[in-house]
Amino acid sequence: MDKILEVKDLHVDFDTYNGVVHAIRGVSFHLNAGETLAIVGESGSGKSITVRSILQLLAKNGTISKGEVLYHGDDLLQKSDKEMDKLRGNKISMIFQDPMTSLDPTMTIGKQVAEPLLIHNNVSKKDALKRAEEVLRLVGIPNPQARMNDYPHQFSGGQRQRIVIAIAIVDYPEILIADEPTTALDVTVQAQIIDLLKELQQKIGTSIIFITHDLGVVAGIADRVAVMYAGRLVEFGSVNDIFYNPQHPYTWGLLDSMPTLDTNESDRLNSIPGTPPNLLNPPKGDAFAPRNAYAMEIDEEQQPPFFKVSKHHYAATWLLHPNAPKVTPPASILNRFEKFKKLGGNVK
Amino acid sequence: MAKYILKRILYLFLTLFIIATITFFMMKMLPGTPFSNQNRMSAEQLKIVKAQYGLDQSVFVQYIRYIGGLLQGNLGTSFQFNNEPVTALIGQRLAPSMQIGAQAMVVGTIGGILLGALAAIRKNTWVDTLATFISILGLSIPSFVLAVLLQFYLAYKWKIYPVALWDNFQSSILPTLALSALPLGTVARFMRTEMVDVMSSDYIELAKSKGNSSWGVVAKHALRNSLIPVVTIIGPMAVSVMTGSMVVENIFSIPGIGEQFVKSITTNDYPTIMGLTIFYSFLLIIVYLIVDILYGLIDPRIRLGNGGKE
Repeated sequence: MDKILEVKDLHVDFDTYNGVVHAIRGVSFHLNAGETLAIVGESGSGKSITVRSILQLLAKNGTISKGEVLYHGDDLLQKSDKEMDKLRGNKISMIFQDPMTSLDPTMTIGKQVAEPLLIHNNVSKKDALKRAEEVLRLVGIPNPQARMNDYPHQFSGGQRQRIVIAIAIVDYPEILIADEPTTALDVTVQAQIIDLLKELQQKIGTSIIFITHDLGVVAGIADRVAVMYAGRLVEFGSVNDIFYNPQHPYTWGLLDSMPTLDTNESDRLNSIPGTPPNLLNPPKGDAFAPRNAYAMEIDEEQQPPFFKVSKHHYAATWLLHPNAPKVTPPASILNRFEKFKKLGGNVK
Repeated sequence: MAKYILKRILYLFLTLFIIATITFFMMKMLPGTPFSNQNRMSAEQLKIVKAQYGLDQSVFVQYIRYIGGLLQGNLGTSFQFNNEPVTALIGQRLAPSMQIGAQAMVVGTIGGILLGALAAIRKNTWVDTLATFISILGLSIPSFVLAVLLQFYLAYKWKIYPVALWDNFQSSILPTLALSALPLGTVARFMRTEMVDVMSSDYIELAKSKGNSSWGVVAKHALRNSLIPVVTIIGPMAVSVMTGSMVVENIFSIPGIGEQFVKSITTNDYPTIMGLTIFYSFLLIIVYLIVDILYGLIDPRIRLGNGGKE
């Protein structure tokens, strides 16, 4: 499969009043053509910053201190803002989290959707608006012809997110970055938006990077999953790898805190104790160690490298080291391993 | 929309009536009389003159008479200015005042928008500091002080503009500058604050992610959204410019309404005071009406007659 995007050893720092926050500390991943990669993690783990770095849409106090973002082998971090403008909204576009605030309140939606076309292509205003209308129909805005001249406040939250999606796909981007596109929506609308994204991916053949903290959403859309914690990836693999053969204790914690069909009504949902580390002074060892019931001494001392679990499945935990003691994951995770065996997987 | 404007015009008359009433009674409380040579007149003569102007009646009867005349569009005749009808007096002197007032508003508003926008885009740089400095100067230096300074340097010392003259556009530049400092400072401050907010909003980030250049983002999205609160202060600002113009007109010897207003108050020229107060009020109410309509044009969320369909 073609890698259309590859992020290598990305480091992002933020200059703040209290000092330099090392928000991203060496993240590497790639995106294959036509697939959906989900990046999951709790708030503040650096998911959004990672993808904003791809488009170089960081806040003014943020700097990419190290790393490469290869788009078809071309390092985007070496490009000027002007060169990036040509890619943004054209080859790589983005869907934002909050549809209530992402649209310009004083511009008609027709114009907002047509805008990327007018920026990147040599088309007439009329043709651009016509195309915008088609795309609005494609994303499921009823009666788009009549609504082209309406303003954002005349639409519901779910409809606005459809409009935001229309803006992102109007120029048929190769890569679509969706930054928690369903977080601000209620559950039924969430499902509609996920279905819409899947449908659009089929129609226009775009690759998607999907950011979320909702594992339920991940299961519905992703081909591969990367789990992020405190500015680093801790585990990545296929959806089945992550859901049924998780290896990192953080992934265990995430999955354990999610209700499943097997959860009884009387069961309490588990949570991961503690809070993420302060990235003003990142820990020397594994950032998850203080919250990790399975932490060993080495976790405090040294950051674990990625250990290979299977061909496409890697996890950064010392538990996978040949010399590590055998530990028993939580019961719910053991159930998952059973399912993985049924799926034909090979559990360690 | 038409219904709304009609309603506003109805309110306009009501407001004018209330203003006329309050001004009338307050004016009657002013010390002094309209007759500067009163002490040289005999009691007999004074009585005749007073009767001629209807000043021998009780204040209440005078009020009823005045309002009666007002309803017929008659503002009375001036005591001081050659017994001219007040309407004619305003008509003659309106043009210069309107010209420098309008010029000052346009220069101040546009200059303020640009200055504020520049400060917001270059936030926390020397450009921002300089723009803030200029706008604070504009806000804090009274227009008559600035007028004198401009007169001294640009007219007296460097002889670029006439000191005090009213004939062509050239002679309107200094008074315009003196009057535009306040709107410039006010608008720049509002603009900067709002635009800093707007620039960090989600839709600006989305606009950038569409491939807009930094200037494209500002021109297409940030400016219009930042203008909304600026429009609301245009009304009160027009008031300041108008009141400021009275003194400035005096300094530059402009034969405007402001100068006449000041004079009419010091000489107890009742019909002129009333006429000018009502005229100024009318002007301001119209400015507020225009601002409200503008507001709807810039921000579709409060557009009138469109309902709040969600």
